[in-house]
Amino acid sequence: MKDFAALFTRIDESTKTSVKTAALADYFRTATPEDRLWTIALFTGRRPKRTITATKLREWAAEVAGLPDWLFEESYSIVGDLAETIALVLPPATQSQDHTLTHWISYIKTLATLEDDARKSGILDAWNNLPHTERFLFTKLLTGGFRIGVSAKLITRALAQATGQPEPELTHKLMGNWTPDTTTWDALIEADDPSADLSRPYPFYLAYQLDGFDDLGPPADWNAERKWDGIRGQLIIRGGEHHLWSRGEDLMTDRFPELAQLRDYLPDGTVIDGEVLAFADEKPLSFNALQKRIGRKTVPKKLLVEAPVILMAYDLLEHQGADVRDMPLKDRRAALADLIKDAPVTAPLRLSASVPFQSWDDLSTARDQSRELNAEGLMLKRLDSPYLAGRKRGDWWKWKIDPLTIDAVMIYAQAGHGRRANLFTDYTFAVRDGSDLVPFTKAYSGLTDKEFREITAWVRKNTLQRFGPVRQVPPEHVFEIAFEGIQASPRHKSGVALRFPRMLRWRRDKPVDEANTLDDLNEMLATYG
Amino acid sequence: MADVLTFTDRGIYCPAGDFYIDPWRPVDRALITHGHSDHARWGMKRYLATTGTAPVMRHRLGDITLETTDYGVETRIGDATVSFHPAGHVPGSAQIRVAVKGEVWVVSGDYKTVADGLSEPFEPVPCHAFITECTFGLPIFKWTPQDILARQINDWWAANAAAGRTSILGAYALGKAQRLLTTVNPDIGPILTHGAIENTNTVLRGQGFTLPETTLVTAETTHKTHPGALVLATPSALGTPWARKFGTASTAFASGWMALRGVRRRRAADRGFIVSDHADWQGLNSAIKATGATKIFATHGYTGAFQKWLSSQGYDAHIVSTDYQGEGFDQADEAEA
Repeated sequence: MKDFAALFTRIDESTKTSVKTAALADYFRTATPEDRLWTIALFTGRRPKRTITATKLREWAAEVAGLPDWLFEESYSIVGDLAETIALVLPPATQSQDHTLTHWISYIKTLATLEDDARKSGILDAWNNLPHTERFLFTKLLTGGFRIGVSAKLITRALAQATGQPEPELTHKLMGNWTPDTTTWDALIEADDPSADLSRPYPFYLAYQLDGFDDLGPPADWNAERKWDGIRGQLIIRGGEHHLWSRGEDLMTDRFPELAQLRDYLPDGTVIDGEVLAFADEKPLSFNALQKRIGRKTVPKKLLVEAPVILMAYDLLEHQGADVRDMPLKDRRAALADLIKDAPVTAPLRLSASVPFQSWDDLSTARDQSRELNAEGLMLKRLDSPYLAGRKRGDWWKWKIDPLTIDAVMIYAQAGHGRRANLFTDYTFAVRDGSDLVPFTKAYSGLTDKEFREITAWVRKNTLQRFGPVRQVPPEHVFEIAFEGIQASPRHKSGVALRFPRMLRWRRDKPVDEANTLDDLNEMLATYG
Repeated sequence: MADVLTFTDRGIYCPAGDFYIDPWRPVDRALITHGHSDHARWGMKRYLATTGTAPVMRHRLGDITLETTDYGVETRIGDATVSFHPAGHVPGSAQIRVAVKGEVWVVSGDYKTVADGLSEPFEPVPCHAFITECTFGLPIFKWTPQDILARQINDWWAANAAAGRTSILGAYALGKAQRLLTTVNPDIGPILTHGAIENTNTVLRGQGFTLPETTLVTAETTHKTHPGALVLATPSALGTPWARKFGTASTAFASGWMALRGVRRRRAADRGFIVSDHADWQGLNSAIKATGATKIFATHGYTGAFQKWLSSQGYDAHIVSTDYQGEGFDQADEAEA
């Protein structure tokens, strides 16, 4: 695993994409085909099955390091990564063995078949044989994903450099439901027939936030539609089967069983880009309704009735078995409308309607209605644009509505994890309720590093009380909290839960008695919840 | 028995001698452990520090009333007997021992237990109560041995020089920078320095410390005038126009925080070398044990966890709130120069 560790270090040390790409390309030229395949798998989120619980790993690592459990946990909360914490606290390795990445992965797989004691000694043995970085990576294989700043795009570019194949083709090959156990380097990368896999999706086209109308040209060149607030999904109907992919390349087919009937209305060889939405009475329900279904692999009947979903269709990527992504958007949409028009109204499928407009001002008025329609804003797409892969500027823009905001008082602070281990970055906020302060949300992001440093220094000097890692601070600072949605929550003291809360601004100008109140919060809940 | 030292909102106070140690508000008499800005502050009527710390204090604080003393010399102040002992943190840094009627307390200031080749090595001082920092008081912190560190930095510099890149290394101006100067191999190429670092170099050279030859970066200095150079910069200079004039460069940062991958990545430097002038977990534990003290006060760093750990090891351990900052990772380093 020395070469994999060297690859990891080169990628991890550098902030430059070119250096990371070159490191990966070198590796793809020299490593064994099995190791190459595993490397692609790991960096694209396909990790081996977990064979040992994180609890056991913590227990064993603390034992080997001679630390009480609480001190291990305290260390973990600062490091923010279990594998790294383990690698750091263990005593140095006393032996050294070099095996391939694939060897260690097989090693982990065989552990699954062993008794508890044998598994433990297998892990301890490996830890004692690996120097720091390899030990960290081995433990990472045991615990979870490899998020190390390597995007799928970067992998594809490196593979293109190493194999001489065009990037788009490789992007397509890497998508879908493969694992190193179900394919080989040759079959996945070298083989010529990328369409063999019927479930394979197309890369999603993603938009940037609109930064002005100046470069857009005449409004007549554009189609506007709602940016629906659900889960972006790609529906694939091929060979009599259907598959639903999320933007994060998760297969969501079983989570939304009602979409199975679309096989009856759409012909084979159809791929649609759309939004999975909770939908009733011809209206999208709020994201809160859909949220109940996210993360559930099987859906109880009650929920199917309470929060039925549809696919709100945006675009057509495959038509009659042919890839139509190069056709202009207006032709793709016409074909899409044609496909949908014959489906009965009971079918969970709608065409995302165009929003009519003559001028950008019209559009701005339409955008103001977003929240009441349970939409996140508008999408602007150039009528003659092809369907590109990944986030691209120019032809597609999203124009999101402004978030909801509330002015709140900071009452607790906690040091961050990982990158922010030595700064107080995680705060709890409260609204006023008479002379009381009622905590209602936490937020971690949105301030500059300079502001975080300033607050960190202030927290250190103004700690009233410590509750483990949490510091209670005097209620002196007011922050404007932005969020995307609000819902009732019996689990929270304040009775509300916010969606994606973050700090928009430090309101140094506002005294605490001008912060918002619990009544204000409840009013927002009544209006937007 | 009355406490030898008490903890006030001005700093650590000795009632028997009516003096403060490393106070953060103006007082009449201040004993100073070392010259870093969170320990040696402006505004005291009288200062007492080691002979080795005095020049840098005068350089930073200007015209102050400063008495000096040598390591190990006992001075009587009121009913207290004080003496200074090497802390190994930076050149001249000291632990301060205070004895009152046979009860001995020691204020460590900042310290490290491994010899860095420049500072006077840490010396354990037996005492009843030990006031310790714990900037890196968690078992995740283990420093790279000095010889491996030297190899890592020299390899990095040599590889950059061979590839035509400038090596820019960020380090605190007082202590860390000079320690690195004595660690690197000056045969690899020219060594350039940022003004704040060169000022401290001049002060230390004046005290008789031997440092390799360095060249102050001026408006004319670039990668063309000094190809393959190692540029020692203050951390805040990294990423500024000042650093960008050296052409294609590899940047690195030298700090104990570099032990954490997350912090290393936030800093957005190409490399992070794990090197600190504070004690690591092992160092803290062995230093405390060597004092024989039963009563421990933790001043700054991971105080909560460290106090709990010491209690579990049978010590009478406490947390004290102070204004000391330890190895602040993000703080502007000008303050330390």
